[in-house]
Amino acid sequence: MKVLGKARRRVDGRAKVTGQTRFADDLVLPRMLHVRLLRSPHPHALIEDIRADRAREHPGVHLVLTGKDFPVSFGILPVTQDEYPLAPEHVRYVGDPVAAVVARDEQTAAEALELIEVKYRPLKTISDPVEALQNAEPRIHAYSELGNIHRLQAFEFGDVEEALARADHVFEDLFFYEGNTHLPIEQHAAVAAVDPDGKLTLWSSTQVPHYVHRSAARVLQMPAAHIRVIATPNGGGFGGKCDVCNHEMVVAKAAMILGRPVKICLNREEVFYMHRGRHPVLMKFRTGVTNDGKLTGMHLQTLVDGGGYGSYGVASTFYTGALQTVTYELPRYKFEAARVFTNKPPCGPKRGHGTPQPRFGQEIQLDKIAEKLGMDPAALRLGMVAKPNSLTANWLKIGSIGLAACIEQVVQRSGWTEKFKRLPYGRGVGLACGSYLCGAGLPIYWNKMPQSGVQILVDRSGQVTVFCGATEIGQGSDDVLAAIVAEVLGIDPFSIRCVTGDTGITPVDLGSYSSRVTVMMGNAAIQAARKIKDMIAEAAAAELEAAPDKLLFANDRVGFGDRTLTFAEAVGFAEEKFGTLGAVGSYKPPRAPGRFKGAGVGPSPAYSYSACVVEVEVDPATGWITVPKIWIAHDIGQTINPVLARGQVEGSVYMGLSEALMEEQVFRRLPPKLSSALVHKIPSLLEYKSLTSLDMPEVETILVEDPDPNCPFGAKEVGQGPLLPVMPAVANAIYDAVGVRIDEVPITPDKVLKALELKRQGKPPRVGPDAFPAVPYPAPVEVAPPWEGGDGNAKKGAEKPKLKVPAA
Amino acid sequence: MMRLPWFEHRAPKSIGEAARILAGEGPDAMLIAGGTDLLPNMKRRHQAPKVLVSIRGLLKGNGQGLGAGTTLTEIVNDPALPRGLRQAAQQVATVHLRNMGTIGGNLCLDTRCNYYNQNYEWRKAIGFCLKKEGDVCWVATASKRCVAASSTDCAPALMALGAAVKLESVSGERSVALEDLYRNDGIDYLTRRADEILTGIQLPAGWKSTYWKLRRRGAFDFPVLGVGAALQFDGDTVRAARIALGAVASRPFLADKASEFLAGKTLTDEVIEEAARRVASRAKPLDNTDLDLYWRKDVTEQFAAYALRELRGDDMRETRLRIARQPL
Amino acid sequence: MQRNACVALTVNGEPQEVSFPPYKTLLEVLREELALTGTKHGCELGECGACAVLVDGEPQLACLVLGLECAGRAIETIEGLARGAELHPLQAAFADLGAAQCGYCTPGILMTAKALLAREPAPSRSRIREAISGNLCRCTGYQQIFEAIEEAARRMAHEGPR
Repeated sequence: MKVLGKARRRVDGRAKVTGQTRFADDLVLPRMLHVRLLRSPHPHALIEDIRADRAREHPGVHLVLTGKDFPVSFGILPVTQDEYPLAPEHVRYVGDPVAAVVARDEQTAAEALELIEVKYRPLKTISDPVEALQNAEPRIHAYSELGNIHRLQAFEFGDVEEALARADHVFEDLFFYEGNTHLPIEQHAAVAAVDPDGKLTLWSSTQVPHYVHRSAARVLQMPAAHIRVIATPNGGGFGGKCDVCNHEMVVAKAAMILGRPVKICLNREEVFYMHRGRHPVLMKFRTGVTNDGKLTGMHLQTLVDGGGYGSYGVASTFYTGALQTVTYELPRYKFEAARVFTNKPPCGPKRGHGTPQPRFGQEIQLDKIAEKLGMDPAALRLGMVAKPNSLTANWLKIGSIGLAACIEQVVQRSGWTEKFKRLPYGRGVGLACGSYLCGAGLPIYWNKMPQSGVQILVDRSGQVTVFCGATEIGQGSDDVLAAIVAEVLGIDPFSIRCVTGDTGITPVDLGSYSSRVTVMMGNAAIQAARKIKDMIAEAAAAELEAAPDKLLFANDRVGFGDRTLTFAEAVGFAEEKFGTLGAVGSYKPPRAPGRFKGAGVGPSPAYSYSACVVEVEVDPATGWITVPKIWIAHDIGQTINPVLARGQVEGSVYMGLSEALMEEQVFRRLPPKLSSALVHKIPSLLEYKSLTSLDMPEVETILVEDPDPNCPFGAKEVGQGPLLPVMPAVANAIYDAVGVRIDEVPITPDKVLKALELKRQGKPPRVGPDAFPAVPYPAPVEVAPPWEGGDGNAKKGAEKPKLKVPAA
Repeated sequence: MMRLPWFEHRAPKSIGEAARILAGEGPDAMLIAGGTDLLPNMKRRHQAPKVLVSIRGLLKGNGQGLGAGTTLTEIVNDPALPRGLRQAAQQVATVHLRNMGTIGGNLCLDTRCNYYNQNYEWRKAIGFCLKKEGDVCWVATASKRCVAASSTDCAPALMALGAAVKLESVSGERSVALEDLYRNDGIDYLTRRADEILTGIQLPAGWKSTYWKLRRRGAFDFPVLGVGAALQFDGDTVRAARIALGAVASRPFLADKASEFLAGKTLTDEVIEEAARRVASRAKPLDNTDLDLYWRKDVTEQFAAYALRELRGDDMRETRLRIARQPL
Repeated sequence: MQRNACVALTVNGEPQEVSFPPYKTLLEVLREELALTGTKHGCELGECGACAVLVDGEPQLACLVLGLECAGRAIETIEGLARGAELHPLQAAFADLGAAQCGYCTPGILMTAKALLAREPAPSRSRIREAISGNLCRCTGYQQIFEAIEEAARRMAHEGPR
């Protein structure tokens, strides 16, 4: 490797440290107008009337839009096209946009919002899953599966009850994971403008320009070819800019009507309403285990609080159970899930998308299992690590798996053996693991086309320009793209120009989500670069009188022994021979072995693995928690740029620790007799707590490299997986420190103190959920695991979940 | 972007001139010094003064006591000032805000409540609250009084030190003991009249002092509990004690019984425990700030004990580092 | 009467005369009147540190400084940090060591770090933690930022003052 694996400044590093990176709100166009949105003050209501005449007449106002201007709905998933840019008749959470004012400046637009009169008819509010289960009416969405239950899912891979009956021990545990949000420091912004040729350009801080492009065409009822969506570099995404947003459609429409550029930048409170963050999930795990520490089966039930719209929710719900099987050997598995609608901002994908919640439960339960069996938690896990190149009970194909090495690394570096159960009271260590996708196996909308495309242009000056729809959200996707092309062509990554995230000029890439970019864009880039390389090699070989396959591409030269050409010279010969040089590459993940309905969520070209040890200090008198150090090992397959890889790991640890200790997207319900308002408790950067530099412990990062054959040079994801083990490792460490279980996040000092008090009273020293409501899960889709004669199809007669509709 | 409303800006050259403007404009005028409290509130439309009277840079002290325009950073960096005050100042907000905010501003800090410190639109969604534009206190719906929490760090530290503040207006100046500057009313929380300017702070000497702050993170957060303590010793015996609590009521206040109890005693573990218990009995936190209110009440005793143990001479650096996330 | 104010201030060493509505904070003046969009914003309420700039050499939050009150004061922003095309050692270290991921909190942190190193040329890790604790970063977990500030301090000690 000439480029990969070497520590290096990222290719867009200079722009970021000089303030020259142009984020969406930095764009200023001549004659640009500004938008503010009027949002619903009601959590659940019908709009009876909107009067906007006074706003329209306000000096400086150019346009007022309402729901009537947007007859067509949108939604990120084809099955949930349930959002409108401005709600036409039904508002579903405080903050749901109902009108937009376009004015000469933001101040004027804000003034005019005050002049819009909206008459609402308030409806009964659903605030949490229990209320949603109990109240089929009023329906938040007419299309939901059963009352206010948005979606029900159930799968069984082998007879789990039999597996539990056979186990030496069955552990039944409840966990709750509170919702939280991405909190990118950049607030969402978008600018739309009509081009000189009458087409529309939309710049947006989005992670998914391709999906925004498709939705804009649908909502504006314009040919997609007349719309160009440019993803500006995101000032942090974390999943929060993965959805199509109301405001993007509003500025696009306004620009088309007015023929002038139109901009919006959400304020911080509005970012909390945009949300699409971590779903609150209640979980019930029933797990069978043998005396020697092998799992016999697991039954997982989840209840997912979706908020007011679908968003990615159907996929998120699948993910609350899809990846429980890829970490440890699990012979049988049953998974039941339900997502409900509530009158809160919609939840969606946040770093780890649906998987951190069950990972939290599973890894704490394993800690409880290890204790009961008298085994070391690290040894227990090492004894059950899934096998490389294997299939799981739910038909996922695992490739490389460096989990054992990860566990061994953190055990050794942290001094685990000397610390676990050996530190004085009040100090402890906890261990947990995790695994994550390297890109979702299927695109969001059904198609057989490539999921990532890369185009390379090369000319006689030696200039290499790489085009790809992938989006730079801070994670370093441009750097990965440049590095991979540079590696193949033997040139300096800094001599490559990356043009990315622009649906008008770059090949389609589905976007920066599900940790897909390195693997999918990387594989497409290798393919394109190798085509270019082959042409250059053939031409250069003729010139150098050598065999093309013997030529070495390195250090900006192409040659054989001491006969070499500069890269530009070699390109020149290729241009003579082949004409203008260009090549494309594309990538589509291998077809997954699962054939049953629902098998589409979970498959990935590869899985990354992480292990983490957290050390904590807990003051038994106050419950105050201090985390002095965290060790984390991540199986990355192959490192592309260790500086960025470590940054992704540490950033994940940071975000995981912040979730574990303080982050929560929570709501207040005011007394019904007085108001009944259901409002976000703390929609501000001050009161939504996230770790500062003073709260962040030292982190020791170990990159484990177990290359995966499906991945570019073996490189797996690193942006999301390392978050997963952090939260349960904190919980496990607190147990080691003071002997109490906090089976929910965030883990706050008051909960620790409460558990300690219960311990003093001789009660179970635990804080966490104590009941799981009755959920009308359907009869499961039954699929035999690979080792029980299955072929990946559902059993006859059990292909579809069967709803048990309660009697009226 | 959150923006300020329109206002008229006046920049008097002297405090006398500022006082005249205040007297002339009446309650439509507000003072601005560092702006770190007022401007966010104006952006959220808590306050929309017609006139802003800037006294930035005017009250840097005149050799007699501490000028109200001294920035919090200047306090942190002045080793001649009492330790408790410097510890309090160092834990206010963030580095940047301490470079801007003044001690006078921190003492006059608007009371806080998480039904109140929200954008206009949010407050509209709940039908506003007693403190501003509404008629219900959502924290205690039966309450006739606004229970927004005093959130100044410097006040309990200075109150423990027995500080007094100077208030100037066109009708003259007066000095009030700091404990008399505050009222236990989230709306009308200061006894300062609208035409008065808090210009300086007088600090008695001879106290050994400390300040302990409870908040979630090592920076940014307002206190959800502040314990200011100052002691005078005769050898090992406490000659006089003053302990003040912040952030557990609409005003900072002195825990008199605990202070009286300590006088004449040696700080044994038992004495500290009893004094801390007496301090804690006065804390009445409500559900309107960060962190669980019962827990905040529970740990008050611990925090009072930290303060007294530190003043006894115990090495509290490790505890301090865990709580404050930084050495102080 | 809603009238613009006219203020003379110095930005990155250049005297400027700007006319703007009095409600504009320094943040709005820089970004909207002077097209200096390198200064970012994340809350406009003093709750994140993204808009930190130097005012008379001290890190302050542009979102809470009235533009009107900047008359005669020296403002330094990210645009003035490099010397010509040559990066400031802090910028170079941030770029080299991964201290800027999305780059959004970066200008505020760089300006804050510049003030720190001007006061303390060789700060300890603990001082660095304190100095940037008013700047929220959601990407890095801060560790590479600490390392970059330490590296810049070393490079500056080696190269001499700028």
